[in-house]
Amino acid sequence: MADLQSQNYIRRSATTMTPPTTRSNVEEVAKLIDVSRCIGCKACQSACMEWNDLRPEMEEFQGAYENPHDLNPGVWTLMRFAEYENDHGDLEWLIRKDGCMHCEDPGCLKACPAPGAIVQYANGIVDFISDACIGCGYCIKGCPFNIPRVSEKDHKSYKCTLCSDRVAVGLEPACVKTCPTGAIMFGTKADMKDWAEERIEELKERGFENAGLYDPAEVGGTHVMYVLHHRDKPSLYSGLPDKPHISAVIGLWKHVLKPVALAGIAFAALGAFVHGIVSGPMEVEEEDEAEARKEMERRAKS
Amino acid sequence: MSRPKDAITRYKTVSRLNHWLTGLCFVLLMLSGLAMFHPYFSWLSFLFGSGQWMRAIHPWIGCLMIASFLGLFIQFWHHNVWERRDTEWVKNIDKVLAKKEDEVPEVGRNNAGQKGVFWAMALLVPVLFLSGLVIWEYYFGHATSIEAQRVALLIHSAAAIGAILVWIVHVYAALWVKYSMRAMIRGWVTPGWAWKHHRAWFRELVDTGSRGPEPNPRNRAP
Repeated sequence: MADLQSQNYIRRSATTMTPPTTRSNVEEVAKLIDVSRCIGCKACQSACMEWNDLRPEMEEFQGAYENPHDLNPGVWTLMRFAEYENDHGDLEWLIRKDGCMHCEDPGCLKACPAPGAIVQYANGIVDFISDACIGCGYCIKGCPFNIPRVSEKDHKSYKCTLCSDRVAVGLEPACVKTCPTGAIMFGTKADMKDWAEERIEELKERGFENAGLYDPAEVGGTHVMYVLHHRDKPSLYSGLPDKPHISAVIGLWKHVLKPVALAGIAFAALGAFVHGIVSGPMEVEEEDEAEARKEMERRAKS
Repeated sequence: MSRPKDAITRYKTVSRLNHWLTGLCFVLLMLSGLAMFHPYFSWLSFLFGSGQWMRAIHPWIGCLMIASFLGLFIQFWHHNVWERRDTEWVKNIDKVLAKKEDEVPEVGRNNAGQKGVFWAMALLVPVLFLSGLVIWEYYFGHATSIEAQRVALLIHSAAAIGAILVWIVHVYAALWVKYSMRAMIRGWVTPGWAWKHHRAWFRELVDTGSRGPEPNPRNRAP
């Protein structure tokens, strides 16, 4: 979305130093998705489309409850449905609202080469600033959750904004407002964690002994958190990563190759410059021309 | 200086055009590539209109580059076959850099440094092309797995840095060895230049009565 800049940036893509700002006292926010309360009605999906003016193209039925079958540039949140047979042989229907997790350490932002195309506000929201997006798709490679999608229409990358525009004016995200069961909640991250704790206690009492909060430390925690009945096996929920992390390949690229490359290029250029100044050019002297002429005359005679 | 009567042709017109097309592609790819590699170079995107234009044009220039480079490869590969004297030359690189070329083995059409640049590019350009295809989001974004694209991105960046280092050597050598640039732009060198820098090639031309760039095959000693 466009950059409203009503908040501090704490991170800015392709920027070596994030500029300081004068605003302070911003509290971190979080969306809490209580998977155990979700009934799979997809109202959140509709609300997201409604608020963000998204109307993705109609798709063919793919034989599953997901509709459409995957996230796309017009689908920033998607209900995913998984059927799981537990140890007692009972069927559990695990429904998860998929979308950007708003990582504290965002892989998309780390990979992005366009200055200011991906920013993180002081409240923790990770936002794509379309104006600056160049459509390279590096964010897709940086993301541990396979979320961003590049549009073929305008060649810009899209994902959930956590309704940064609504949040900026004191409203909750559209999906939160619409959820009929209270499965999606929004507030300060601290409050959401407190609330999740109470809920997890309830779930444990009801026999979900592995219930827990999904706020993965590997990416510094996230600003979208899940209450899972099976916190021990997140992958049950349509492939939610057990240990999400920014790929080591991205780390090699950004933390090793970048500085080494810069040093190497600088060293090579400086070396050439110094050699050029110290040694001077390699010239052809008059005696070289004379030798060459002699050689040519010798040949002409023979 | 206009072309003297006894000048020797070093590069044919087609080779020169082919070379400079390749060079133009390389420079444009390097500028746009660096802009997408490190924030220090992000400002270079304005040379291409905008970041979007730059991202869109970079792979197409790459396609032109591989085609153009193929032309160079076909024309030049046989000048770059490694010989024993090249190894000697490399061992004496310090003498070359100290301008004591008389103390190293005589050089043929290309010296070991030029051959090194040629083969390094012959390896790196195809690697860059193929890894570039994998990360060409618009056409091939869905053709491979994201993990494969991450690896391709790393390979592409590393190969590009390698190519830029080779390019720096190439450009500096061309500037340092006086009149190499004239040879590459206008195509000819003086006999003294050929004698000094590529004596074995010069002798071959003189012996076969050729004015370059190739020895005259009819007059080649049996």
